[in-house]
Amino acid sequence: MRRHLQWSIKQLTSSYADGQLSPRRVAEQALEDAVNLKTLNALVRLTPEEARQQALESEQRYQKKQPNSSLDGVTIAIKDNFCTKNVHTTCASRMLQDFVPPYDATVCSRLRQAGAVLLGKTNMDQFAMGAGTVDSIYGPTKNIWSEDLTENNWRIAGGSSGGSASAVAAGLCFAGIGSDTGGSTRNPASYCGVVGLKPTYGLVSRHGLIPLVNSMDVPGIFARSVSDCVEVLNAVAGPDGKDSTTIRQPFTKLQLPELDAIGLGAVRIGIPKEYHCNGLSAEVLETWTKVADLLECAGASVQQVSLPNTAASIFVYSILNQCEVASNMARYDGIEYGHRAADERSTEQLYAQSRAEGFNNVVKTRILTGNFLLLRKNYDHYFEKALRVRRLIAEDFAKVFEASSKEDRVDILLTPTTLTEAPLYNDFSSLSNRDQCAVQDFCTQPANMAGIPAVSIPIRLSKAGLPLSLQLMSRSLNEQLLLSVARWIEAQVAFDSLDHRLEQKLSL
Amino acid sequence: MNYLIVRRLSTQLKLAQIPNRKWKSVVGLEVHAQISSASKLFSGSGTSFGAALNTSVAYFDASIPGTLPVLNRKCVESGIKTALALGCQVNEVSMFDRKHYFYADLPNGYQITQQRAALANNGKMSFPVITPGKKVYYKSVQLLQLQLEQDSGKSLHDEHLKRSLVDLNRAGLPLMELVFAPDLETGEEAASLVKELMLILRRLQTCSCKMEEGALRVDANISIHQEGDPLGVRTEVKNIGSVRSISQAITYEIHRQLDTVAEGGLITNETRSWDAENRRTVAMRDKEVLQDYRFMPEPNLPPLHLNLKPGSQSTEELVSVAALSEEIPELPEDTRQRLVEQYQLNAETAIILVNEPILLEYFVNITRDLSAVPTKVTSNFLINDLLTYCHKSNLNVEDCSITANDLKSIVKGLHTEQINLQAARQLIQLLHTSPTAKVKELIEQHSLEQICDLETIEAYCQQAIANQPKAVQQYHKGKAKALFAIVGEVAKISGQKANMKSVVACLERMLKATKK
Repeated sequence: MRRHLQWSIKQLTSSYADGQLSPRRVAEQALEDAVNLKTLNALVRLTPEEARQQALESEQRYQKKQPNSSLDGVTIAIKDNFCTKNVHTTCASRMLQDFVPPYDATVCSRLRQAGAVLLGKTNMDQFAMGAGTVDSIYGPTKNIWSEDLTENNWRIAGGSSGGSASAVAAGLCFAGIGSDTGGSTRNPASYCGVVGLKPTYGLVSRHGLIPLVNSMDVPGIFARSVSDCVEVLNAVAGPDGKDSTTIRQPFTKLQLPELDAIGLGAVRIGIPKEYHCNGLSAEVLETWTKVADLLECAGASVQQVSLPNTAASIFVYSILNQCEVASNMARYDGIEYGHRAADERSTEQLYAQSRAEGFNNVVKTRILTGNFLLLRKNYDHYFEKALRVRRLIAEDFAKVFEASSKEDRVDILLTPTTLTEAPLYNDFSSLSNRDQCAVQDFCTQPANMAGIPAVSIPIRLSKAGLPLSLQLMSRSLNEQLLLSVARWIEAQVAFDSLDHRLEQKLSL
Repeated sequence: MNYLIVRRLSTQLKLAQIPNRKWKSVVGLEVHAQISSASKLFSGSGTSFGAALNTSVAYFDASIPGTLPVLNRKCVESGIKTALALGCQVNEVSMFDRKHYFYADLPNGYQITQQRAALANNGKMSFPVITPGKKVYYKSVQLLQLQLEQDSGKSLHDEHLKRSLVDLNRAGLPLMELVFAPDLETGEEAASLVKELMLILRRLQTCSCKMEEGALRVDANISIHQEGDPLGVRTEVKNIGSVRSISQAITYEIHRQLDTVAEGGLITNETRSWDAENRRTVAMRDKEVLQDYRFMPEPNLPPLHLNLKPGSQSTEELVSVAALSEEIPELPEDTRQRLVEQYQLNAETAIILVNEPILLEYFVNITRDLSAVPTKVTSNFLINDLLTYCHKSNLNVEDCSITANDLKSIVKGLHTEQINLQAARQLIQLLHTSPTAKVKELIEQHSLEQICDLETIEAYCQQAIANQPKAVQQYHKGKAKALFAIVGEVAKISGQKANMKSVVACLERMLKATKK
């Protein structure tokens, strides 16, 4: 393994600054590693030309001692549902297999401006509909922590942003961009043993992110440490005139306190009892308890809280998701862009055939269900009701974060991210997409309902040698405290994201 | 059982007691007005009419994945101004919705509109109804809703090559949809409503109102029922391309429905298209299946909040309705009243002047510069002579190449009796056909100057009296009207140039003298 991969982004860029390492070398090695690790199927498309050009320019800026930002020369990978100018953006679907966007998503252009080096586009479930990165026209992404990568015995990376999680976990790049609608960043982060951040809704622009559920989608960030995550967030967050749902107030870059300056004395941690749910593995529960104890021992107040509407969340999510999917997918008719079938007997026939060929069954099922739920006669009963329950779920969070009495108020919620370690592909793929998502999103999607920030951090390895992670949530725009606490936990548990002995496994 | 029969008989009896109950027609309008704006409702692309195909198309307009709508503030302001001018209640919070249907020129597969909470509601419009040959009256109509929405693109069908082409220049243009209550009865009322609406929108500069460019589109809902009955089944007439067609299409459709019923047929709820060439409405074949638009809130646009506080100012975040109300110019009805009060014009004159904005402009200019001329001379000339000439020549007053200065010279000539009305009319024609000519030169060239010399006039009169012995006789017998025949004779002899006022006085004097 290359030595610099163990470094933080800060260490990497200071080595650029003092000439110890060069962005070009790091980029070259990353491209080389990406080819060597093709078996993971993390990247669906490498962008060697972009990477080399950007690395060269970065190197020149360092030579002039004028780096663009603290991300200059840092290799990143971007999920294939973010538009990248002149680079294919497929959503891992046949529908967009040949789609080359004429513009950069705001996240991409901000990273470009910061000097980051784009390694390539990463694998995902088709149109981000999934929790495993198994429904992709490019095939599934494998979890680097799998005991066995060869046969069908390997573990899933989680999803839908499994490609980015996998790329960061494998050390192909320092950070990855994913999207998070119901847990699509935190879920694979949890399985792959990396940090996965879902920022507050509206903090990071969705312009150029091909939507799944507009009212819940948030660009997510993968990194191997909380601090690295903050570096990326600082580069991409803030208001964007091209996305009317971004929060208007200017973004102040986060600066986490030094480790020894993080005091937990004033921090109130809530343990929501509803997250102790069916299917929660003993190992995850044990991990959860341990970290709660750890926090309490360090002086934080830890108390049980209740979020009574949690169990309804999965149903509400399912309805809103399918309705917005039905609407968002209406544009794919083969006229302006995207897959166009050969059948041109009539416009209707062309639509029908293009859509039949371009979408997989998961997408089609959601479109049909969503359109059914949106019919005039069903709207109030499903969509409208789901919106009302969604408000109740958001109010649950508001009650614990903003309770009037200080005793009842908490700053941070500590929960599992996923209920188990990464499942085996064979086990996972035997379930329907609906069950896959319903189980795997249980702890993650309430945060999307409420728009609040949440982060998944790896804690320890399971008996099988797979990462076990926990999730922290806080109130909107409270990333500073959320990530400070995450960083404190990270330091205590000292999880090594790269300790998967990959070389060993590959040589076996 | 028996009871039921009795009931039925008694009802039938009642009906029979009201033979030939009167049929009533009910008309409601929906107007789509394109908002005059440099860029589209949700994207930055341009809006100029007639741009090369598919050149005014932002990525958003073509529904390129990942693009998001950004609401154009200028369009919101135009919508608010229009709503205020139409007496609407502007809503503090309005929302956008997606209306889904598949059509090749609707790239997103849905239109962004305002279904649940519109920009404004509950307006009212009062307008003069002008029916040729009938007295002008005022009609009121309720404006139920004013909402903002996107326009669709245009499909062009090539029958020869059997293919369709799509132009997205229009896709995403800003529209105001105005939904009026079915408060109207006739085609003329509908046309008059639209005419008034156009005057208002043009004053506000919120819409060009060029129907020929599709900037203003009118759909009419029409039904008939017998007095006392509930409303009948309605049809919708689309594709009405001009103000005149509105009146024609609705009148046709009312009669078609009356004829259908008279022949024992049934009116079906359908969409019909106005065929201007053959002057009839025809059933549109497509999409008559019941559409379910699957409305859904537009998640990419936060609710539109407005500041309704009196005296507030607009900020970058929030548009103030009060501040916009300050920008509303004088509206047509105010102008009419002002004309009546300030210039002592009668109501009908005021209506005609206001309905032809260019005439109003001429009127105001001329009366301002020629304060000695009675306003009536000017308004009469503009309406009876200029407007009549234009109508006869099938000409818009705007397109008549007579300048305001020419008109001023003519009115001045009329007032000073340098020329008479006949000459004035001739001048209009001459000026329109040779726009570079000067009034003064034309008067000389065509010797249009009025003859006021008393001796000459006396000579003309003498000859006329000699030429019209019969009329003279009748006049002497007390038939005062016979004088017109003699006056007409003078006009003929003088080549329409004699000063008629002097002629009448002279004739009266001479006839009085000869009576002895």
